[in-house]
Amino acid sequence: MLGTTVILALRAINRHKLRSFLTTLGIIIGVAAVVTMVTLGNGATAAVREQISSLGANVLQLRPGQGFGRGGGGPRPPDFKPQDLTAIENQLTGVRAVAPMVQSSGTAIYEGSNWSTTVYGTTAAYFEVQSWKADTGRLFMPEEEEAGKPVCIIGNTVRTNLFQGNDPVGKRMRIKGVSCQVIGTLATRGQGGFGDQDDVVVMPIKFVQRRFTGDRDISQILVAVDDAYDTGTVQASLEELMRERRKVKPGAEDNFNVFDTKQISDTLTGTTTILTQIVAAVAAISLLVGGIGIMNIMLVSVTERTREIGIRLAIGAVAREVLMQFLVEAIVLSCLGGLIGLFLALIASVAIAPLMQVPFIFDIKVNLIAFLFSAAIGVVFGYFPARRAAALNPIDALRHE
Amino acid sequence: MAPSLSGDPIISLRGVTKVYGSGPTAFQALKGIDLDIAQGDFVAVMGPSGSGKSTTMNILGCLDVPSAGEFLFKGRHVEKLDRDQRALLRRRYLGFVFQGFNLLSRTTALENVELPLLYRGEDGKTRYQSGMAALDKVGLKDWWDHTPAELSGGQQQRVAIARAIVTQPDVLLADEPTGNLDSERSIEIMELLTDLNRNSGITVLMVTHEPDMAAFARTIVHFKDGLVDGIENRVKA
Repeated sequence: MLGTTVILALRAINRHKLRSFLTTLGIIIGVAAVVTMVTLGNGATAAVREQISSLGANVLQLRPGQGFGRGGGGPRPPDFKPQDLTAIENQLTGVRAVAPMVQSSGTAIYEGSNWSTTVYGTTAAYFEVQSWKADTGRLFMPEEEEAGKPVCIIGNTVRTNLFQGNDPVGKRMRIKGVSCQVIGTLATRGQGGFGDQDDVVVMPIKFVQRRFTGDRDISQILVAVDDAYDTGTVQASLEELMRERRKVKPGAEDNFNVFDTKQISDTLTGTTTILTQIVAAVAAISLLVGGIGIMNIMLVSVTERTREIGIRLAIGAVAREVLMQFLVEAIVLSCLGGLIGLFLALIASVAIAPLMQVPFIFDIKVNLIAFLFSAAIGVVFGYFPARRAAALNPIDALRHE
Repeated sequence: MAPSLSGDPIISLRGVTKVYGSGPTAFQALKGIDLDIAQGDFVAVMGPSGSGKSTTMNILGCLDVPSAGEFLFKGRHVEKLDRDQRALLRRRYLGFVFQGFNLLSRTTALENVELPLLYRGEDGKTRYQSGMAALDKVGLKDWWDHTPAELSGGQQQRVAIARAIVTQPDVLLADEPTGNLDSERSIEIMELLTDLNRNSGITVLMVTHEPDMAAFARTIVHFKDGLVDGIENRVKA
């Protein structure tokens, strides 16, 4: 019985190839859109996670104040002192590397070109904490750090905009009106959750403090936790040490904050996931429209094939068989549309993922759900036209012109 | 020589009426028909339009039910059967041939002929063999893969006859089967029906306007104003 109806449905679809294709177009586009969106969204989430973990797994960021951009009244919490850095290095266990940071923005100039960028003042430990390697040239020497020499290591964006194709290592450029020598370039990191990570000039912290910020304050300290130690425990002892050093009274709120990169990672991936879901929901509406399209064409098809239905009924088809034929036709159409949609989504995802700089991740679950959903649309929107076909009176149907 | 017609009639109508609509606009198409048709008979139904012959054919074809009266088919009270039961009766015992051929377009002759077997749930091999045998019987074996658009009117009607007989029905109902054909094609179709009646033992019921076609039948039933006006028995001794 089911086998018969499937044969009948396939024959009917085969007789009207163009119409069948147009009927399923809505489903094809809907499925392709949903699956492509979700696949790219998953890729984006994975990319964000990967980039954040490239910031350095198990890195604690120590900043003054509470959280990001908490403004309002009261005195600004003080920055950190060089002694704080020494204390962390000497008194905290489970620390792999500690890097101080100050930040400043300014224009870099080389020959005719200039480029507005961010200057990081730090030590060689920064590259260790960030697991960031030099692409060409070298990182800071201890004596350069100690003396705060005018040397810099530039990110790829700065390199491209100032030096075009030329090798910058050994060249002298000007940053914020001060001359400095390029000693190295950094490997590309790409777009991160915090903007272009390659748009940066890194200099010894003592130089930046002396020439740009004007004091010996440290605005941020990065602490890389040794893999053998638990990040949470190290974070707790870091907080305890800083409360003590910054003389925070018991019961009072911290005037600094420790951020675990994993926390940032979770927040950002959460955001991408929500965005993916919203876009997928919008695409799902097109699936619904596709279903209505199927119903529409099936209704037209029932009217157009009234005489055919009459012939089938006269030959001895029972109402249920006619209903099943039209229902199965709708289901086969929507399933075929679903399959074609999945195939297109595969092609589109593979093509677009590199352009968006996200990895292509094939998720069998997403594909399966989209396919089952398209089949369900066939059942829901095919039922009404099928019932109408089955209810026809054979005598009237045979007379239908 | 024609086989003798004996035993219980395969079809019996007793006091069959049919009323369309209700109230003052009601139209009584059949006013009380009594008719027996013997197994193996070849019956031509004649009469002017509006005389009730089409209504009678619809009832005999189990497509419609009488408003009142009895319709016995092989001893079964068809007037008491529901829609699906009548569909199963058609599937099992009846074959239809229409004036307008009513083949499925864009479908090969063989697929058209196989259609009733699909509803009977026959497997692919049986469908193919029976379908080809039926096409052979109507002389169109070599045309099995042609669609109706590629066949002449006479050929289309022969495919339709093959579709009607592929299930080896007891009764073949033909509604003006030659109405759309020229006289030469018409005679071919009539000869085919006569052959099926004589050699396959199929009871044939045929509506026709043309006395030339009715002349092929063994019995002619005349309709007039919703009643049977006369039965002409043409069996030569």
